Amino acid sequence: MGLISRVSTIFKAKVNNVLDKAEDPRETLEYSYQKQVEQLQNVRRGVAEVVTSKKRIELQLNRLEQSAHQYDEDARDAVKAGRDDLAQQALNSKQALMSQMDGLSTQINDLAREEQRLTELQQKLTTKVETFRTQKEVIKAQYSAAQAQVKIGEAFSGLGEDMADVHMAIQRAQDKTQSLQARAQAIDELSGTMALDSGPMSTGDAVRDELNRIKAQSGVSDELARLKAEVAKEDTSS
Amino acid sequence: MIIRILSEGQYDVDGDTLERINMLDEEVMRAIERNDETIFNQRFHEVVELVRSGTALEHHQLSESDLILPAPDTTLSEAKKLFSEHPID
Repeated sequence: MGLISRVSTIFKAKVNNVLDKAEDPRETLEYSYQKQVEQLQNVRRGVAEVVTSKKRIELQLNRLEQSAHQYDEDARDAVKAGRDDLAQQALNSKQALMSQMDGLSTQINDLAREEQRLTELQQKLTTKVETFRTQKEVIKAQYSAAQAQVKIGEAFSGLGEDMADVHMAIQRAQDKTQSLQARAQAIDELSGTMALDSGPMSTGDAVRDELNRIKAQSGVSDELARLKAEVAKEDTSS
Repeated sequence: MIIRILSEGQYDVDGDTLERINMLDEEVMRAIERNDETIFNQRFHEVVELVRSGTALEHHQLSESDLILPAPDTTLSEAKKLFSEHPID
């Protein structure tokens, strides 16, 4: 059995399950509609939570930026006081912060992109559910218990399919929202502890970590040289 | 023959197209078994495009479908999950 035939079977069973359950198809339509409205609210709430986590991460990033700026000032003061050793330390700390900040910015951009996609999906589904509201009213109006079920059959199972389709789409959106929420929260928690750590984040690979350390060190010496030149220039000009 | 692409809509396709879809479906299935994401994406995309080449039905047309395709952005892991959650009885 192929993927498509399998999906068809699963999906049709789902539709029939829903349609057969109710004695009065009008109740089924009403129930499915209410359920979708509820689920969409869950998706909306989930997206809102991602936004909240993202904002917290942005605040952390701001905090790191301020610390980095402070280290910069410290290094400059140290150079002025002729304490290259202290300047070196401050620049080391700043370098570590910078690599953390890079990581956070990437994560924030990722989250923003995913959030945007989910928001669009959620809007599309909201429109779709809204059209069900009208469609189900039309079908309900056409239906009278005395009428043969056959007559309403085609439109009813057509709408049933449509509703089951949107139902699955909403469930997928919910799954995606949940995993995004979990990711956002994990980054949020991690970024909270970041500033306490010293040194660049471990990549989990010893060689790459060592290379990153070397890169950071040469960055520090470059910056120290630059600072010293600047301070020397300030001295001669004043 | 009416085919629904989940999360997209319904299309009316002819018998020849259906045959090609069935052949591609087998390949999609093999890709799932071999866990080959590239082939899965390629073949599944071909199936979706084949269906889209049919006549799109209007949204208010409420007809029953003969065949259902998963959403066009279905991933290999989602397809596998589908099988593990709904084993053949």
